[in-house]
Amino acid sequence: MLLNVVICGIGGQGNILASGLMGSALVEKGYKVAVGETYGASQRGGSVMSHLRVSDTRETGVLIPKGKADIVVAFEPVEALRMLRIYGNSDTKVIYDIRPAYPLGVLIGEDKYPDLEDIKKEIEQNSGYSLPLPATEMAVNAGNAKAANIIMMGALAALKEMPIEPEEFFGVLSQNFKGKVLEMNKEVFMVGYNAVKEGGGK
Amino acid sequence: MEWMTTKNEPGKTYLMQGNEAIVRGALEAGVHFASSYPGSPSAQVLGIMGRIADQMGFYAEWSTNETTALQACMGASFANARSICVVKQNGLLVQADTIHCGALGGIKGGLVIVTSDDPDAHSSTNEFDSRHMAVTANIPMLEPASVQEAKDMIPYAFELSEKLEQMVLIRVTTRICHGRGGVELGELPEKRPFEPIGKWDRMIGMNWLHSFLLEKLDRAKEEFEHSPFNHYIGKEDAETLIITGGTGMKYALEAIDELKAGDSTGVLSLGTLWPLPEKLIMKHLEKAKKVLIVEEVDPFLEEHIAAIAGKSGLKLKICGRSDILPKIGELNPDVVIKALGEFLGVEEKSCCGSGCPAVESVTIPDRELTFCAGCPHRATFFILKQALRRHKNPGVVFGDIGCYAMAPQRAGQFGVHFMSCMGSGISAASGLGQLTKYGFGQAVVSVCGDSTFFHTVIPGLIAAKMNDANILHIVLDNSATAMTGFQPHPGTGETAMGQTAEKISIKAICEAIGCRVETADPFDVKETMDLIYEMTQESGIKVLILEQPCATLAAKTRKKKKIWVDTDICRSDSCGCDRYCSRVWGCPANIWDFEKGCAAIDEVVCVGCGVCAKLCPAGAIKVEGGDE
Repeated sequence: MLLNVVICGIGGQGNILASGLMGSALVEKGYKVAVGETYGASQRGGSVMSHLRVSDTRETGVLIPKGKADIVVAFEPVEALRMLRIYGNSDTKVIYDIRPAYPLGVLIGEDKYPDLEDIKKEIEQNSGYSLPLPATEMAVNAGNAKAANIIMMGALAALKEMPIEPEEFFGVLSQNFKGKVLEMNKEVFMVGYNAVKEGGGK
Repeated sequence: MEWMTTKNEPGKTYLMQGNEAIVRGALEAGVHFASSYPGSPSAQVLGIMGRIADQMGFYAEWSTNETTALQACMGASFANARSICVVKQNGLLVQADTIHCGALGGIKGGLVIVTSDDPDAHSSTNEFDSRHMAVTANIPMLEPASVQEAKDMIPYAFELSEKLEQMVLIRVTTRICHGRGGVELGELPEKRPFEPIGKWDRMIGMNWLHSFLLEKLDRAKEEFEHSPFNHYIGKEDAETLIITGGTGMKYALEAIDELKAGDSTGVLSLGTLWPLPEKLIMKHLEKAKKVLIVEEVDPFLEEHIAAIAGKSGLKLKICGRSDILPKIGELNPDVVIKALGEFLGVEEKSCCGSGCPAVESVTIPDRELTFCAGCPHRATFFILKQALRRHKNPGVVFGDIGCYAMAPQRAGQFGVHFMSCMGSGISAASGLGQLTKYGFGQAVVSVCGDSTFFHTVIPGLIAAKMNDANILHIVLDNSATAMTGFQPHPGTGETAMGQTAEKISIKAICEAIGCRVETADPFDVKETMDLIYEMTQESGIKVLILEQPCATLAAKTRKKKKIWVDTDICRSDSCGCDRYCSRVWGCPANIWDFEKGCAAIDEVVCVGCGVCAKLCPAGAIKVEGGDE
């Protein structure tokens, strides 16, 4: 078995941390895991991407070949589309936060940010399953806008391809967080997890 | 997750980042001393080491530049301490003289240099290949193929370094540093004591040691013929041989798998890259009909292996980065699959079994890098451009290396004309500034960050003063080495190990050199603009220190002001300002509300610097509360 997951977004959304936590949970379960992080100077507004590769038998390189992603988790709608086009195929499952982060070119009026409905349509057409999720909004409602990354990990874990249960993810959370932050992270993880379950994702 | 690096759990496997694995490797080698200057992709290594040094009983420091860092390691080595120096590819080049002279003199306690290269220049201005340095300096070099090897190689390199009494270079790349993989932990040893320096102990780099230098390299070669870091994978005596260095191994295996070429292809993964184990390589070359070499970035192995084959009179096809693999950029599974397919004459399958996304109905915008919301550099380059426009002939700006390396782009109003390496801005400006005495008619300005000032700007500033160049030098003092992740520097008042240090004043240094020095706040837009205009009209060398902390740092300590747009005042597109806040100022927090057709603030992104409120011609942007 080899599972290829692209986790993408923009700088500062916590996508590197999230993929590290998910990868650690899978290593704890005995899987062979490789994670490739592409971020460069991305905290300055650029795209960020992690490749998470999980296998029970082989040690792979850290990069996923084009067209080979089983799952794309995106923290931003345009990034979902950008990475689906490169790494996706017609079976790929896509979960994405619908909150746009406008690139500089859009802000200064040289580029246009596409209509969200058009993005949804193209993602739907070119994937096996897609779920737009208001993760940032859900995180704000849960009291911390920055917890959207953990919501998205909950959503990812709810897909049937992911060999991980919430309790196993909580194990890694408790290695890295304590007290209120730990409880909050567990809570928002379940928000994402349940959203996919209810959305018919598994 | 740096807590993993200190765990005393031999045999336990954790998912570690390459940089964490390097730290762990150093701990398993019983390291005494670590020194570095921050550079991506390996900046995290010394950051972690500084934080765990007290707990783990060793010393770690941020130095002012890479060559001072390495020289400090050599000093520690003299007392038989094991020392590690961590740099990026540019840093290794800064160390060139020290490495060459140091290699001639040799070392006592093990000394390992880790250099992190950045193929594709993800967080660099270049993708220079560090491996050539080992050849010119005549020192042994290793490169790991996985995160596990990145850990395992460090104790091995220390053993080798002490056996040869020579420094050892370990070359890693971004895909190791910023990759994660399972790492099985080893033992954490007891630290050995230092040794006194005896009356006749010497570390002196002189040419009469040249033959010893080469003899050490010969011994390394013998050692490498049996190194556990060189392995052959796949069918014995395969017709097609792939030789890989570093991360090339995993790409090659994936390509063989993808093309179902396992019956005819084997992989020799080399971890000891200099000197090359010639006998081992020849053993495999002799059995092969053709050879593909997979490496980052230059055709380094390819050329040296072709030389080995050629000297032995072996005739066979050797391909790689010089022909069928791209000459530039980073490898990935796709380019290696394509190249191997071509090499084997196998038709490459479509990239995926079930068909790629077919319809691209939406045009998606690029995501250009820019300064963070509230970054003082945005204000600085905005002001600088406006001030230089007041001159009859617009001024020329020399940049340097840091976050402000984005200033030649839109982020900095396209306001920088020259940029090269660390410390180059001041000296190049000084050269041009001399010409103003001979008729060159433009104002000359150079900029540098606070960390860069200490790294290599000071000698340039002294040269400019000594030769009385006509320039304005601006220090963008944001109290941080921001680009690489907020490492302490001599001006921040703390050390790598978290101790308080006496702050070294940039202003006092510039005054001691004899420059006119002014300080200003880039958020005081009008006053600073006037000051720059005035200073660029004066002859001689002037220094302006623009003080305003990095927005990312300030956001952690300062109470945020609330910035909002009064939609009754914002006149939208009828204002005539041409959306000055979002289009000209260009802060990521100054967004445009397309529904209401007026300016807006993205509250999640805004850090409350309030500069946009000063620039809005209608006065529609309001500021409330917060700290100054």
